[in-house]
Amino acid sequence: MEKLTLFNGVLRGQRIRFLLAMASVAIVSLVTLFPQQILRYTLDTVIAGKPSELPGWGNAIATALGGPGYLRSNLWICALAMISVALLNGLFTFLRTRLFVQSSEKSIQNLRDRLYDHIQRLPYDSLMKRDTGDLLQRCSSDMNTIRRFLSAEVSEISRAIWLLVFALVVMLPMSRTMTLVSLGCTPLLVIMSYLYFKRVRLMFRDVDEREAAMSTVLQENLTGMRVVRAFGQQKRESDKFNARSTAYRDEALRLHKLISLYWAVSDFIVYMQIAICSVVGIFQVQAGLLTVGTLITFISYTSTLLWPIRQMGRILANLGRTHVAVSRIDEVLHLPLEEDAPNAETSPIKGDVVFENVHFSYDQEAEVLRGVSFHASPGQTVAVLGATGSGKSTMMLLLQRLYDATQGRILIDGVDVTAYERAHLRRHVGLVLQEPFLYSRTISENIAITLPSVDHERVQKAAQIAALSEMEAEFLQGFDTMVGERGVTLSGGQRQRIAIARMLIAETPIMVFDDSLSALDNQTDAAIRAALRARRAKATTFIISHRINTLREADLILVLEDGQIVQQGSHEELIACDGLYRRVYLMQGGEEEAQ
Amino acid sequence: MSQEFGIREEEYASKLDFSLWRRLWVYIRPYKAWVIQLCITNSLLAIGETAIPLLTKYAIDTLLYGGTKGQVWLYFAAVVGLALSLCGCLFIFMRRAGRIENYVSYDIRKACFDHLQDLSFSYYDKTPVGFIMARMTSDTLRLAETIAWSLVDILWASLRIISALVAMLWLNFSITMWVILVIPPLALVTRYFHSRIFRIQRRVRRTNSRITHAYNESIMGAVTTKSLVREDQNLNEFSQITDAMFKDSFLAAKYNAVFRPIIVTLGAIGTALALWRGGLMVLDGVIWFGTISAFATYSMQFFEPMHDLSHIFTEMHMAQASAERLFTLLDTEPSVRDTEESIVRDGDTFSHKKENWVPIRGEVQFEHVNFSYLADQPVLKDFNLSVKAGQTIALVGQTGSGKSTIVNLLCRFYEPTSGRILIDGEDYRNHSQLWLQSNLGYVLQSPHLFSGTIADNIRYADPSATDEQVEAAARLVSAHDFISKLENGYQTQVGEGGNRLSTGQKQLISFARAVLHDPPLFILDEATSSIDTETEQLIQQAINATLKNRTNFIVAHRLSTIRSADLILVLQHGEVVEQGTHEELLALKGYYYTLHNHQLLQEQQEALINGR
Repeated sequence: MEKLTLFNGVLRGQRIRFLLAMASVAIVSLVTLFPQQILRYTLDTVIAGKPSELPGWGNAIATALGGPGYLRSNLWICALAMISVALLNGLFTFLRTRLFVQSSEKSIQNLRDRLYDHIQRLPYDSLMKRDTGDLLQRCSSDMNTIRRFLSAEVSEISRAIWLLVFALVVMLPMSRTMTLVSLGCTPLLVIMSYLYFKRVRLMFRDVDEREAAMSTVLQENLTGMRVVRAFGQQKRESDKFNARSTAYRDEALRLHKLISLYWAVSDFIVYMQIAICSVVGIFQVQAGLLTVGTLITFISYTSTLLWPIRQMGRILANLGRTHVAVSRIDEVLHLPLEEDAPNAETSPIKGDVVFENVHFSYDQEAEVLRGVSFHASPGQTVAVLGATGSGKSTMMLLLQRLYDATQGRILIDGVDVTAYERAHLRRHVGLVLQEPFLYSRTISENIAITLPSVDHERVQKAAQIAALSEMEAEFLQGFDTMVGERGVTLSGGQRQRIAIARMLIAETPIMVFDDSLSALDNQTDAAIRAALRARRAKATTFIISHRINTLREADLILVLEDGQIVQQGSHEELIACDGLYRRVYLMQGGEEEAQ
Repeated sequence: MSQEFGIREEEYASKLDFSLWRRLWVYIRPYKAWVIQLCITNSLLAIGETAIPLLTKYAIDTLLYGGTKGQVWLYFAAVVGLALSLCGCLFIFMRRAGRIENYVSYDIRKACFDHLQDLSFSYYDKTPVGFIMARMTSDTLRLAETIAWSLVDILWASLRIISALVAMLWLNFSITMWVILVIPPLALVTRYFHSRIFRIQRRVRRTNSRITHAYNESIMGAVTTKSLVREDQNLNEFSQITDAMFKDSFLAAKYNAVFRPIIVTLGAIGTALALWRGGLMVLDGVIWFGTISAFATYSMQFFEPMHDLSHIFTEMHMAQASAERLFTLLDTEPSVRDTEESIVRDGDTFSHKKENWVPIRGEVQFEHVNFSYLADQPVLKDFNLSVKAGQTIALVGQTGSGKSTIVNLLCRFYEPTSGRILIDGEDYRNHSQLWLQSNLGYVLQSPHLFSGTIADNIRYADPSATDEQVEAAARLVSAHDFISKLENGYQTQVGEGGNRLSTGQKQLISFARAVLHDPPLFILDEATSSIDTETEQLIQQAINATLKNRTNFIVAHRLSTIRSADLILVLQHGEVVEQGTHEELLALKGYYYTLHNHQLLQEQQEALINGR
């Protein structure tokens, strides 16, 4: 039932269209049965002069057209009727396809947008826990499975059902015996389809697994090519790959054998059904229980009906796959989102930051932060020194509420950060990561990404501070050069500088540099810092660094060890007493090197 | 516009190129017998399905009026027989097609894989792994599928059309003439719609890859999107792409929605014509009912294949794009190749002649070696070096100074643009690549393991090594302790790419792998990133154990490693600026001196901050 609810959600806003599409299928299925009736009437009544066996309304139409006698001398009218029916059929086939595709594509568009939005609004940690490849698979191939099902299979299924219903309605009054005879094998086909579906589902999984095993060997070979070559193991790699490739091929062939068998046997059943139907029919005609026209009708109905039913095995298999795809997407859509409290705070932020005994741990693991407390007034610069894994970066992520503290409070302008609306908070806290992510668009678009449109003047200004200006000439199209997957590959330092410019342009009252000057050489680092100093009074700034020259300019320096602040104070205070800061300072050359 | 779309996996070729399809014959030829069986069963199917209505006609025309019971049962037997043979044919046909599909794709995969083992690093250095993977999986599959099914479908569709035509002509000439009046408009309609639907589908494919790309970006850039509060704009932009997708898919569907009914209507017109002209003839007593009924079937049977053909051509365009990409891969020439003589003596990559291999002592000389990856950007300039067997050479310098290039040249992953490299006094190009590479040991910065057990990985270069040898190698590089602490010891699965182990553990295993191999030449690309203190010490021990009794080249970052070298080469911009032992170089107070002090400071600071 849950799946049905989801489908309902998928089809939101498209339900009427979808129902109309189903109705069109019904009409098409009905109209499909007409040509045989016309054929029979023409052959039996018009040409052979036997009494009509059409249902009442059929006879009414025939009479309106002039009756058998008239039609006999004007056979073209029968031909025209045939064509009109085809046109009718065509019209509704058109409507059916159009409505189905329109509603399914629209539904898929909605689902795609929904999934996209859901993924980007997932809490940071729940996204980090997921495998990117798997998530992408859900977004692309699972989505396509659902799309195909909605646009093609649903139509097929409803066609088969309608055909069966209408055929029964038309056939039963003509001859009960013959109806029974011509549909006798249907249950057999249905049972076979079901059995086939059960077997084939397992085999599909086996084939997929073997293909994955083969891909693994290939991927490891490609990524480890230097090792393969350096040890001269090409022959063995080739053997290993071929073994997996053979296993995959053979399993695929086994699956294929099953599919072939299913098709051959179900075809045979269909043929037998037609043969039985015609033999019984012949005896009945000979006994005078059936007219020739009716027999012809039955024979052609039998084949019209059975071919779609024969497809059931395939459709069932696809149904199974769709079911899996739907539940996989559904699972993602059910992951809880980041949610703000009602009436979340959106008051302006000036930049007064207080950490009050903040603790943090990922998933009940060992604590990363253990009671961190400090205070930064608006416009102050706070620098953080600490070992890898001491909790520096985590501390910064808490400021943007990418994570929430497990204990203690963080106050900005006296308000607990958890009381703010997330978007509001993040708009006021700029963050530059050590390995920044850039969108695949131009450099200037990346810099101006928080602005409603690219403002070249502001881009240039931000670029200047981030020491990007002198780099402009290095790119073929200057700042209009595309970056990322679809453009040039940038060095770590270049990315960091673009990310800094991107943060600066947003003019946030709080700025965080998470070791984001590390890939730059000393000169560039110094230049950026000098340019920043000019602006600093406006914003509360956090800088994580190992460089004393960077650290010493701060109003407050925090020394972090194992998630705790072991020392804090100004440069002068810290070098006055023994501790990690002083030792690092001395090692980096003390006073002489500091400029 | 190739910049527009990053991922372009599904694409259609713009024009069918038959020379390309002819080239594919190489892959089909081995299965000629199956192809012939395929064609025969397929033809039998097409003809057989045409025969069924004929039988029905016989039943209606002959048996209904005075057919004896015996004749009816004979008819039944005939239908059963025909159905049996048809289904038999169908089964054989599908099996053959399936086999051809799977065997051809297997062969293409094998050819590509083997070719990849020969391709030089100049190819790998600029081709992403994902790109090659896509060639070997989806492209190969699509191509083989088209070869096995679509090409035969053309035969099938044509046969259906021809046999229906023949049957109709045989039944009645003049009615046939009326029915085929419908063919010219049918051909025109098909052509018109085919080209339009094809164009839109191409666009749909491209939009589809943009959607995948956007999803990818949204996942990879999740933190940034959050911290920049870009969710709304992102969704907005994404909706524009999905909207384009909707419009194009819908447009394609509309064309399809018109195309099919027209075909069906044309088919009905054919049937109507048959009914009208045939009916008149029945009235005149020229033909019987059965003939009309058969005509009704044939005129319909005639039009389905036309529709199919249009579909097949679309598929062929797609398959051709795959074929083009596959052939581009297969046509890429390795830039490093064995000479004819060396292949004759030493064997090639896949079949070595180890008995003819000259053993290596371990002397290495670089003579006036120049090298550039790109034609006008020299990376190594007139590089000379003479190393005696058993010496350890440390290569020191900044990124881009040419250290890795020297390693690449030594391993013959690349060859010098000019100059020679001599091993034991002989140009290494006189031997096969496999000869050299089988004599190499190599430990990479980022250790690479293959899925399998730890033992499998240690005996990677020497599968016949005993468990004792494996353990001895592990002991030598101090890896035995951590391995034996694991639940399954040496039989522990390392996971894909070794991801169940830590970097330090992977490094130790790769040292054990090199030690077990016991090569006369050893190359170490030292890791820059630091690991925990304990493992760091183990690795230092492992390095020392590995370096014994061979000629070593080390791209060095750690001072302790550098200091123990017999000769240190300091490189800058592709040239050796200083060389000598550690003491000699320090005494120079030059570039090495600065570099050394900087490194010393860094290491001490790291140790201090990380509390060592």
